[in-house]
Amino acid sequence: MIVLGIDTSCDDTSIALLEDGKKVLRSLISSQVDLHRPFGGIVPEIASRKHVELIDYIYEKILIDTHIKASDIDGVGVTNGPGLIGSILVGLSFAKGLALSLRKPLIPVNHIHAHAMSIFLENEVQFPFIALVVSGGHTIILLVKEIFEYKILGTTRDDAAGEAFDKIAKFLNIGYPGGSIIEEYSKKGIKDYVFFPRPMINEENYDFSFSGLKTSLINYIKNNIVTNDNLKDILSSFQEAAFDVLTFKTIKASKDYNIKTIVVGGGVASNLRLREMFLEKGKKEGIRVFFSSPQFCTDNGAMIALVAFFGLKRGIPSSLDVKGFSRMPLGELVI
Amino acid sequence: MERIEFISKSPYDTWDIGEQIGKQAKRGDLFIIYGELGSGKTQLVKGIARGIGVADWQYVVSPSFTIINIYEGNHSLCHVDLYRLEPHEVIDINVEEFLNESVVVVEWAERGKWWNGAIKIFIDSTGEMERKITMEVEDVSRAEIWRHISKKYREN
Repeated sequence: MIVLGIDTSCDDTSIALLEDGKKVLRSLISSQVDLHRPFGGIVPEIASRKHVELIDYIYEKILIDTHIKASDIDGVGVTNGPGLIGSILVGLSFAKGLALSLRKPLIPVNHIHAHAMSIFLENEVQFPFIALVVSGGHTIILLVKEIFEYKILGTTRDDAAGEAFDKIAKFLNIGYPGGSIIEEYSKKGIKDYVFFPRPMINEENYDFSFSGLKTSLINYIKNNIVTNDNLKDILSSFQEAAFDVLTFKTIKASKDYNIKTIVVGGGVASNLRLREMFLEKGKKEGIRVFFSSPQFCTDNGAMIALVAFFGLKRGIPSSLDVKGFSRMPLGELVI
Repeated sequence: MERIEFISKSPYDTWDIGEQIGKQAKRGDLFIIYGELGSGKTQLVKGIARGIGVADWQYVVSPSFTIINIYEGNHSLCHVDLYRLEPHEVIDINVEEFLNESVVVVEWAERGKWWNGAIKIFIDSTGEMERKITMEVEDVSRAEIWRHISKKYREN
């Protein structure tokens, strides 16, 4: 069974073809494709227009690269939220048109759910598990009971973790994307050079706040002398504070619900220090922690195709009436 | 144009001040917020949202990623963040079209151009925790209401 997956939830247009829920035939992301056109990779913009320009091109390229005919596609999966609504509607409309013309089912996929499930592209994990989806746009802990049964346990109250990293990097003028740059600095830095607060770490919930941590770092920079020498130490201490909270709260959820498996996805999950901390802390608690490989941590079409594949197997009814949404509905979700 | 000043001693104060501003907000109001990174813009909008009647369980979060978030209270609240945008892209958002239906609040307002009727809010960091929040309001009678409220949040 061949499933096409489309994600346009933010700046990137991502499309992938997946065979039998396991084999990624091809996964393309607009920022990584040499388009021979003057589209800047990293300059964010009102992405919908960019998606309109790119989506057809990337779809055609995938078919050419894989020698798959459109008629070989058994179903179309597409992100219908959460994300930037204008961008989502581009992907959703394209997918509806495609499904209609191919006379194949259309399966709407929740972007956060797909991140939590992306581990199954490369690994088998036992249900139930706790998932942390952490990126530039999201910081969410989910309890995943079954493929299509999950519950949001907590989310950020202000900034996403990756957003705080990006904003700090921009504030310090050290480049974009902030996450990988701060990770690089931190590798050589002293982790406890400054003690930054661990916001909400002791609260009896699974929510996060990264805005205050961001402000603490800005205050520190304003009140202290920053040199080329201590910048790595300051950033390393900042990263450590953010990851302390991420790991602590996710592991707390795992302990509270007595679930011994954690899955970490989303762009920030590529960070090696975060992985190391999760593995260390998990080991102490007897919890196994799984990470997707970096290509599937970032937004991608393969994870969308994967969830759509599960949906097709389960016989989830296809409908062209699916609507897009921008914010993640909180609470229990069963499909 | 009337200028009204509030002094916030903490993020909680900023939230309160926002709530007081939000309670007097009307459909068609455009609030444009200026302030550097970490000054508390989103915190102020959380307060405005509560003042408009957006329930607390609807977390008002930074819209830097999604650019526009919409919440439902007594009025709709359209929360816009221009942080990731270039000035020429701001036109594409067409903030005006939301004004018929909602109260619109814009963070990183310096990235766009606005008409005179917009209510400007400047947040200045005057200490680690302390912020001076200044409103600039064209409508004198409405300014009076906020000025009255602001007395509670003045130094002395």
